[in-house]
Amino acid sequence: MKLFLSKTKEVEGEIEKFLENIQRAGLLFEQALKDYFNERMERFEDKCREIDQLEHDSDEVRRDIKRKLYSYMLLPDSRGDVLGLIENLDNVIDLTKKVVSHFSIETPIIYPFLKDDFIELAETSVKAVCELIGASRAFFCEFSKVNDYLIKVFFWEHEADKIEEQIKRKAFQSDQIETFSRKVHIRYFCERISGLADEAESVGERLSVYAIKRAI
Amino acid sequence: MFTIIFFLSSGLFLGWSLGANDAANVWGTAVGTRMVQFKRAALTCSIFIILGAVISGSGASHTLGKLGSITTIAGAFTVALAAALSVYWMTKLALPVSTSQAIVGAIVGWNIYAGTGINLSSLYKIMGTWVFSPVLTAAIAFLLYFLITLFLKKTNIHLIRLDGFTRTGLIVAGAFGSYSLGANNIANVMGVFTPTSPFNDLKIANLFTLSSVQQLFLLGGLAIAVGVFTYSKKVMMTVGASIYKLSPITAFIVVLSSSVVLFLFASEGLQLFLISHGLPSFPLVPVSSSQSIVGGVIGISLAKKGRNVNYAILGRIALGWIATPVIAAVVSFVSLYFMQNVFIQQVF
Repeated sequence: MKLFLSKTKEVEGEIEKFLENIQRAGLLFEQALKDYFNERMERFEDKCREIDQLEHDSDEVRRDIKRKLYSYMLLPDSRGDVLGLIENLDNVIDLTKKVVSHFSIETPIIYPFLKDDFIELAETSVKAVCELIGASRAFFCEFSKVNDYLIKVFFWEHEADKIEEQIKRKAFQSDQIETFSRKVHIRYFCERISGLADEAESVGERLSVYAIKRAI
Repeated sequence: MFTIIFFLSSGLFLGWSLGANDAANVWGTAVGTRMVQFKRAALTCSIFIILGAVISGSGASHTLGKLGSITTIAGAFTVALAAALSVYWMTKLALPVSTSQAIVGAIVGWNIYAGTGINLSSLYKIMGTWVFSPVLTAAIAFLLYFLITLFLKKTNIHLIRLDGFTRTGLIVAGAFGSYSLGANNIANVMGVFTPTSPFNDLKIANLFTLSSVQQLFLLGGLAIAVGVFTYSKKVMMTVGASIYKLSPITAFIVVLSSSVVLFLFASEGLQLFLISHGLPSFPLVPVSSSQSIVGGVIGISLAKKGRNVNYAILGRIALGWIATPVIAAVVSFVSLYFMQNVFIQQVF
């Protein structure tokens, strides 16, 4: 029993580390974009590297959790759901890395009249991610609260959609943006940032199914 | 010796089939969901069934004895064989069957054949218990479901750790269930042989004495254990994977509730304790573990506000209360006739 408890503690710790990594990556994503919009490029690049490292660490932790769940024969009944959740959460951190990497490579021009909207969009998308992490933690420890968190995930995703549409309308109606290609470029990045909230919503929907299955 | 083994063989066959089928009621979900490995389940099950049979098996046997004390070993052989054949035949026809009900029917068949008259008060007590036991299991499972849900809400145990606790819980409940199954159902297997037990009391190293009845029950327990090891895996997988789709925690609740009920109807110690404290006691009667488990599943379904209650199963259980003993009584009567007139054996 003691040996079994030490194994479960080990896996519990790794799951917690994995969730922390995703949450930290989300918060860094928000800060990185704020740096980018405020043209603090050196700080932006530092945060990109930090996100890259977190993503790399998370992949290792994910693989370790998977290996231990099988080799210690833990959760035979709901192992598939737990691994599914971990894989889906990994998509979220992958996406944060991809978006900041695209910003770094393509360096889109964010016009001053769109800056506040972009910041709000980044904040809203990250709020959806943070609530998703809350829901995932609740799935493991405080099952009855999963739904409370998921309601917030879906709320912030909807808000992000509204801000995304607002930015697109402003960009395409504006005379300040000289070329059509730049308008399309803005649309592209606006969709990518909002995509983070979409991903959180998609994982949240799967989580709600896992939660129904977990109910005794 | 050969004659003894031959006459006990029908009881041993009944024991084997009980081990093959009823062990799955206790361990099916745990093994079927791979929470507990089959080897560990089979070993724990066998040890505790034998312990239950030898230590607490006599209570339910006395009640069967009151219904009909079969005075010859050939008669006991025929009655046990009739019960075993009825179980086999009804299983083939995919009809609900329980060894407890089959043996009672077979004894009633002997009563009629021997003209000893049926002890109606014992029969009513036994039949009342058949109806009462799944209802009681349902009530206990219903209550336990709410208590455990509340406990889990308050404690917020991590899913991974909960998995470990559930696994341990399933093993403990399984061991208790196996003990109760041995204590309660050994009467079905060896109860009819107790008045004509061919063994003498056995002193083991001046430490303890195994009475002739206990030796009989030990043999029956071993037959059940052989059934567990040789044939129960397939049944466990079927029970775990298809019939009762329970989560490991609800499986724990169902097994625990059923074990408590089987224990209540088997333990002489508990009966004496309740009587000495002026509390209502439970009659010591062999009950059906399958029907008790179904009662537990229904209790869980009711706790979940009646979702997934299969009323057809309830109908089949009620059919089993009537059909099994009637068929076993007829088979017993016909078999006794053949045994007496064709094989020239004294059956009463």
